[in-house]
Amino acid sequence: MIAPLRAVALIAGKDLRIELRSRVVFNHVLPFAVLVLILFGFALDADSDALSSFAPGLFWVAVLLAALLAIGRSFALERADGALDSFRLANISPVAVFAGKALAVFVQLLVLEVVLGIGIVVFYGASLEKPGLLVVAGVLAAAGIASAGTLYGVVASQLAVRETILPLLLLPVLAPVLIGATRAFGDAFGTVAVNGWSWLGLLGAFALVYTTFGALVFGPLLEEG
Amino acid sequence: MSARSLVSEGFDSLKLAMDYAVSLRSAVVLLGRFPALSGADISVERGEIVVVRGANGAGKTTLLRLCAGLVALYAGEGEVLGYDLREAGSAAKDWRSRVGFLGHETRLYGDLTAKENVEFALALSGRAALSARAQRGGGLRGGGQRGRELRHSTATGSPSVAASALERLELPERLHHERVSRLSAGQQRRVALACVSVRHPELWLLDEPHASLDADGRECVDDVIAEAAAAGAAVIVVTHEQGKVFDNLRTATLAGGRFMEALP
Repeated sequence: MIAPLRAVALIAGKDLRIELRSRVVFNHVLPFAVLVLILFGFALDADSDALSSFAPGLFWVAVLLAALLAIGRSFALERADGALDSFRLANISPVAVFAGKALAVFVQLLVLEVVLGIGIVVFYGASLEKPGLLVVAGVLAAAGIASAGTLYGVVASQLAVRETILPLLLLPVLAPVLIGATRAFGDAFGTVAVNGWSWLGLLGAFALVYTTFGALVFGPLLEEG
Repeated sequence: MSARSLVSEGFDSLKLAMDYAVSLRSAVVLLGRFPALSGADISVERGEIVVVRGANGAGKTTLLRLCAGLVALYAGEGEVLGYDLREAGSAAKDWRSRVGFLGHETRLYGDLTAKENVEFALALSGRAALSARAQRGGGLRGGGQRGRELRHSTATGSPSVAASALERLELPERLHHERVSRLSAGQQRRVALACVSVRHPELWLLDEPHASLDADGRECVDDVIAEAAAAGAAVIVVTHEQGKVFDNLRTATLAGGRFMEALP
């Protein structure tokens, strides 16, 4: 049996290598997310004031929608040919499988956030005032989305209606991330008069709770598969 | 019951556990509410190959999944590699890492190359690190081209072990670096069997290992199976194939979740 940290690195490395090679994130998920930003622009009639003030919320809605694709893809890799059983047969710690899958999604979300961050500056004319707050909020929110997404991703992957059930399961759960991250980004971009740093506690607590909860219940969920 | 018979019974049980890689008695497995195995009895010794046949839905795949620890034993008794299948909990499932299971699904990643898939299976098994330590510890300190190649291979994740496994399954070297999704079904089957073989399992569970293979491929797979058994591994092969290799092996036929006749 290999050490859990080695297993985490192997699984995350494998997922990222597959993504780099298949370019699904670059060729499908990222263009989809950018397209969502552009469509929001059309919906708001290209009103630069409205777009600038709604930019943080629109950014996070686009991130959540694109995250659904990335998370679904992460488990499609394993379910497509029964590969998830390989981890059980190799007696890999379920905590390591959870952490490895979540880490790969986390990295993809960070890339997605960077691209969309550039997108809201370019398309919506948003101006950054507190970069430190933006970075910390982005990292914490990505950690929360990756953890909760990996947990609900394995649940959905075991169902026949996996493609349609994942958004229904995951989006309500991610509402606190949407609220907290939008407030923090609103402060970072200077669009709302709130203390963005105070919302980091919610984002951090969400990430911590779902990482812990996911690590605890991933084993039984994996065995159910 | 006398003390002597109790002791004798105890020794018999111990002997059973020690001699057999697989021993199932009246094993029942439920899939949903329906019994996929309903009172199956089978025993397989170490170093033995047993062929299991049966119609579609007879319970052959469920039998293999039970032996691999991928489904739970609902009733009856069973030991696999000395572990009691009735034991619950992840600690009781350590033995699964000593089982190699080739199912209908190949468990390969289509966007990784053939060699990367085998290396990943090897790394997950922990054998890459073991072989690296063994080679660092001795035996490879001498010079020579072979020693240099092996030292290089272990430093880079044992690619030569993976390459050797693929060569043994007669996958041409030019295909080692090809994405699995671009290989034919038969070639993918060879890669999947290479992933099993690099783990050196003590129990091989092979579900239609000849599927999609040409005549040469079948012969090659039969040789690999025979080598594994000769090295002391127990092998259960589910197949519909009729071939010379399987003619002299113990064969059992499943129907309706139980074996039709006792194994000879």
